[in-house]
Amino acid sequence: MGTLHTVNKSPFQNQTLLSCLAHAKDGDAILMIEDGVYGAASGTSVSEALTSNGADVALYVLGADLAARGIDAGRMADGVTSVDYEGFVDLAADHDRVQNWL
Amino acid sequence: MSEVKKFLYVNRKAPYGTIYAQESLEVVLIGAAFDQDVSLAFLDDGVFQLTKGQDTKEIGLKNFSATYRALGDYEVTKLYVEKESLTERGLTLDDLQNIEYEDEDDDYAEKPSIRLVSRAEMADVMADQDVVLSF
Repeated sequence: MGTLHTVNKSPFQNQTLLSCLAHAKDGDAILMIEDGVYGAASGTSVSEALTSNGADVALYVLGADLAARGIDAGRMADGVTSVDYEGFVDLAADHDRVQNWL
Repeated sequence: MSEVKKFLYVNRKAPYGTIYAQESLEVVLIGAAFDQDVSLAFLDDGVFQLTKGQDTKEIGLKNFSATYRALGDYEVTKLYVEKESLTERGLTLDDLQNIEYEDEDDDYAEKPSIRLVSRAEMADVMADQDVVLSF
C-alpha cells in the first residue's frame, strides 16, 4: 500500500519536505524524523503546505526526535500523528516501499 | 535465478558541492552488474548533474559528467528528468548533455536516454518501483 516517505532535514534549511509533498501520492505516508520533525509543528511557514497538500497523505512524526528537541507534541500541525520506533517499523512494513528524502 | 526488480536511483543534489552525485553514479555502475531493471531520476538540484560544459580543472575534483553518457553501455537507458526542476533553474533540455544508448532490439539505433517528465509523471515513476535508493 503506497510509499512511506521519510524526511530528515528541517524545512527551514532546504526544500526537501516541500519536494516530498509535491511527489507523494494518495495512500502514501510521510514520516518526519531527526531534524525533519521541525516541519511537523503548527503555525510555521510550511505548516499550510503540510496540511493542505491536496493528496490523501498520512502524516507522522517520530516522537523520540520531537522529545529530544523539546518540541511539545501539542504543537503538532493538524493531522500529524506521533509514532514511536515500533510504529516506525510498522509503517515500513505496511507500505510497498520506503523512499528516504535526503 | 532471482526475479528482476525495478530499482530507481533518485538524484536531488548538484554535483561537486557534496559527494552525493558522484557516489550515486558509482552505485549505479556497480548495480548495473546485477541485471535489474534500473531507472535514474533527476529532480530538484539533481538536474544540475546532467548539464553540458562542466569543467572541473580548477577545483581539483574529477569531472564525472561524461560518465552519464557511458551509462547506455551498461544497459542503463532510462534517465527521467523533471521538467519543473529544469524550469525553476532557468534550464531547458538544450542545456543538458546529449545522452544516448544503442537499442539492440532496433538494429542498434541510437536513441535518447533522457526522458523529460512532469512532476506528476515523476511521482508515478517513483510509485512504480520495487526499490528506491536516494542520493
